[in-house]
Amino acid sequence: MSAQSEEKVSIAGDAKLLLIAIPLVIWTLLPLYNMLLFALSNKQSVFAGHLWPAEPTLRNFGIVLRADHHHLEHFWTQFGNSALVAAATGAITLLIATFAAFAISRLRVRGGRTVLNMALFTYFIPAAFLAVPMYRTMGLYGLLGSKWALILAMVAIASPYAIWVLKQASDKLPLELDEAAVVDGASPVQLFRMVYLPLMGPSLVAVGIYALLLAWNEYLYAFLLLTNDTSFTLPVALGNFLAADDSPWELLMTTGLIYALPPAAVYYAFRRYMVSGLTAGAVKS
Amino acid sequence: MTAAADASSPAVAPARAANGWSSAQIWGAILVAPYVVVFFAFVVYPVLYAFWLAHEPESYRKLAADPIFFRSYANTLIFLVVAINLKMAVALLLSGFFTIPRWWIKALTVLFILPWAVPSIPTILSVRFMLNPEWGVINQTIFRLTFQDGPNWLNEPWLALFFAMMVHIWKSLPFWTLILLSGRLAIAKDLYEAASVDGANRWQQFRFVTWPSIAQLYLTCLLLSTIWTLGDFNSVYLLTGGGPADLTHVLATLGIRYLRLAEVDMSMATIVTALPLILPLVYFMMKRLSR
Repeated sequence: MSAQSEEKVSIAGDAKLLLIAIPLVIWTLLPLYNMLLFALSNKQSVFAGHLWPAEPTLRNFGIVLRADHHHLEHFWTQFGNSALVAAATGAITLLIATFAAFAISRLRVRGGRTVLNMALFTYFIPAAFLAVPMYRTMGLYGLLGSKWALILAMVAIASPYAIWVLKQASDKLPLELDEAAVVDGASPVQLFRMVYLPLMGPSLVAVGIYALLLAWNEYLYAFLLLTNDTSFTLPVALGNFLAADDSPWELLMTTGLIYALPPAAVYYAFRRYMVSGLTAGAVKS
Repeated sequence: MTAAADASSPAVAPARAANGWSSAQIWGAILVAPYVVVFFAFVVYPVLYAFWLAHEPESYRKLAADPIFFRSYANTLIFLVVAINLKMAVALLLSGFFTIPRWWIKALTVLFILPWAVPSIPTILSVRFMLNPEWGVINQTIFRLTFQDGPNWLNEPWLALFFAMMVHIWKSLPFWTLILLSGRLAIAKDLYEAASVDGANRWQQFRFVTWPSIAQLYLTCLLLSTIWTLGDFNSVYLLTGGGPADLTHVLATLGIRYLRLAEVDMSMATIVTALPLILPLVYFMMKRLSR
């Protein structure tokens, strides 16, 4: 086969590939594009149904960022709540899971297997089914309405998977490292600080971000456990837009877009860690 | 009693040390403690409490008398069977597409992962607006092309459930595609070379090389996805709110519906009725993963 005809085959082949690629791109982008369309339209042209707004405007972003609408009064508080809950969940989950994985994998603590199975079991309870019991329990603990209720619930949901991933990664570190350190007289604490932590870097990043994003994105638990406008996280506020009759849809979509940007940015910034660190642990065949 | 304890304690202490209560074990116990506390306070206790609230047979009688309950159970089963199999089959095909070595397909992966990378609440609301009968982009387009009014999509229970499944698939398809893609990329290249030397066509390569290598992974994905889909609250709740007339609820949203109606016992009973669906899956997954 000459080089020229090979070229032709590849071009014909690529054309066929486009038949898959184009519908895929449309399918992927359509809801996001619709969101952007709303965000760039002014109130009058929102419902005109154009594929691109006649007069695209950033006015909506200005209104949202200045919290200049009665639905958005607490925008910055809610944004702060989301950030706080996400950061706290990420940090606490990381701490708890790192400790547990180290104890189970490196110190071989007694009952470690049982703890791991408890964690796995939790991971396999669909989160929506635990929500109502969690809601009642938080009520009994007197935490209902507090951001701590949401943070602790998210930690309980995020840490099983975090422990599982970290334990898998930790098992891959050679045991000789620990033995050498112990021969040199290292205590478990020194082992943790000087051998375990430095070598676990990428997995720790992946797990921390996983918990952070899980908490930032959570809707159901936030809407059950938080009770007033100033303690809501952003997704609850977005959901509440729907309840009102006079909802400004263009502002809702603008707020949604602003809310979606930070996690997407974080995800893409750490994509390398996320894909290798998490998919490997998520499904081990 | 005290004397006996006193007398035995010196003997017990060294025995313990001999059993391995070394400093590693003590530190190990301290370090797993935070998770164990979280587990008991926020998983075990709520679960036991739920069972206790759900122990009255009366709750199940009320549940059985509620037609919405049966509809939700049926919806859940349909959702699981249709949405998961469709999603995984498409993910399997697409993962093959993404193995094709072209620079632009690699670039497309980055775009394709977007639904997974962005939070689901705003995107589901966006789909909801797209489907609005009067001013949604879909019916606007239908009107422009045909001068006919489009259907009221979310007002037809089966259509609404169908769109909830589509939203679910839109969100989770990238994740499963990437998992299956990593499974495919782990297959040794020379297997394919050997197969093509033997004259295997595309289908035969898939049938005899790809599939045997990723069948286990596919099954694991199927089970895990079933568990997660059972807990998918957002796709139904934010798109249809369970409506019209509570006909599109699934078990995940039904529990919340009862909670809102201040029927906590029925809410808990709903969860208990889901156990026959969940427990075999959990058992199976535990066995697979904790080898």
